Amino acid sequence: FAWLRHFKKSMEIPTPIYNHVSNYDVYEPAEDTFLLLDALEKEQDYLKALRPTIALEVGCGSGVVSAFLATILGDSTAYFCTDRNQSAASCCVETSAANHVTINPVLTDLSTSFLPRFEHSVDVLIFNPPYVVTPPHEVEVNGITASWAGGVDGRQVMNRFFKQVPNLLSNRGVLYLVVIRENKPDEIREIFNEMGFLCEVVMTRRSGPEFLMILKFVRK
Amino acid sequence: MRLSRFVNMRLITHNMLTSHVKGVKNGYPLLITAKDVKEQEVDFNPDFVSKMITRIEWPALTKAMEMVGKTDLLPTEVPKDYETDNDFLKKAHHALMEIEIISGCLSCPETGREFPITNGIPNMLLNEDEV
Repeated sequence: FAWLRHFKKSMEIPTPIYNHVSNYDVYEPAEDTFLLLDALEKEQDYLKALRPTIALEVGCGSGVVSAFLATILGDSTAYFCTDRNQSAASCCVETSAANHVTINPVLTDLSTSFLPRFEHSVDVLIFNPPYVVTPPHEVEVNGITASWAGGVDGRQVMNRFFKQVPNLLSNRGVLYLVVIRENKPDEIREIFNEMGFLCEVVMTRRSGPEFLMILKFVRK
Repeated sequence: MRLSRFVNMRLITHNMLTSHVKGVKNGYPLLITAKDVKEQEVDFNPDFVSKMITRIEWPALTKAMEMVGKTDLLPTEVPKDYETDNDFLKKAHHALMEIEIISGCLSCPETGREFPITNGIPNMLLNEDEV
């Protein structure tokens, strides 16, 4: 029954087509990805009511999350995404095409080259970061390891991203972030509290040794 | 039924990108050198274009159009009543959504650092010594 793990639990909005992903050197959709899709599906009424103009996914990998968001929200939103991996950006273009949506990938570190233009402009921000606890030197190496290796507390990449969030989010903007228990979610909540954000847990799921959580942040 | 197709870098993306090479004070807008450009029709959504106009740097868009060889297609300024000006919204839609750059490069206006566009994807990554 291993294949069961490779589908979203809720099936109201179909899982994006992603059978081309294995042709690319990119992180394949896994339990963390599907939990994020389920969380976005749960949030769909809220997201539609936001009427977002700009959505940005940082570290998009295969692009299935942005494709799913675009399927929910339609063509009244512009979808941008970033990755450091050329193969991920190429995969993302194919994922867009396969799912009849348009996502605009850019190769850049986190959201860097979208600043300052995206200052207070991003209405929906999504990050499924490299969250796995690893030795510090494994972070940011090239290749597929960079998609999961998170260094100390699995937080090394996340912490750099956190500093960009207040700059990026519009007044009513929302951030969805994937974390595991080892990332110290209480500490993350406190960091965002001090930056003026409220935190909510949208969904949790145990997957093997990982206790996954989808955190949602909005301005107070 | 919409056709599935691979989308290359459009001018809406160019409008959002800035060069952050170390020491650069103003890395915007990026210059465009387009080797291969194509036009591809996209469904016109006036609500979306109207919303998007408030997030667009208009002078950068008109300049981008010139740099890809499409001159005199856009007014120099956004009209005051743009939300109801369908003719304007269609022109803006065309510029933002329908012109794609398959290959070429974007370059930093201050340092000239070139960021390649390959297979329709802009590569803005910097080397360690440039950050």
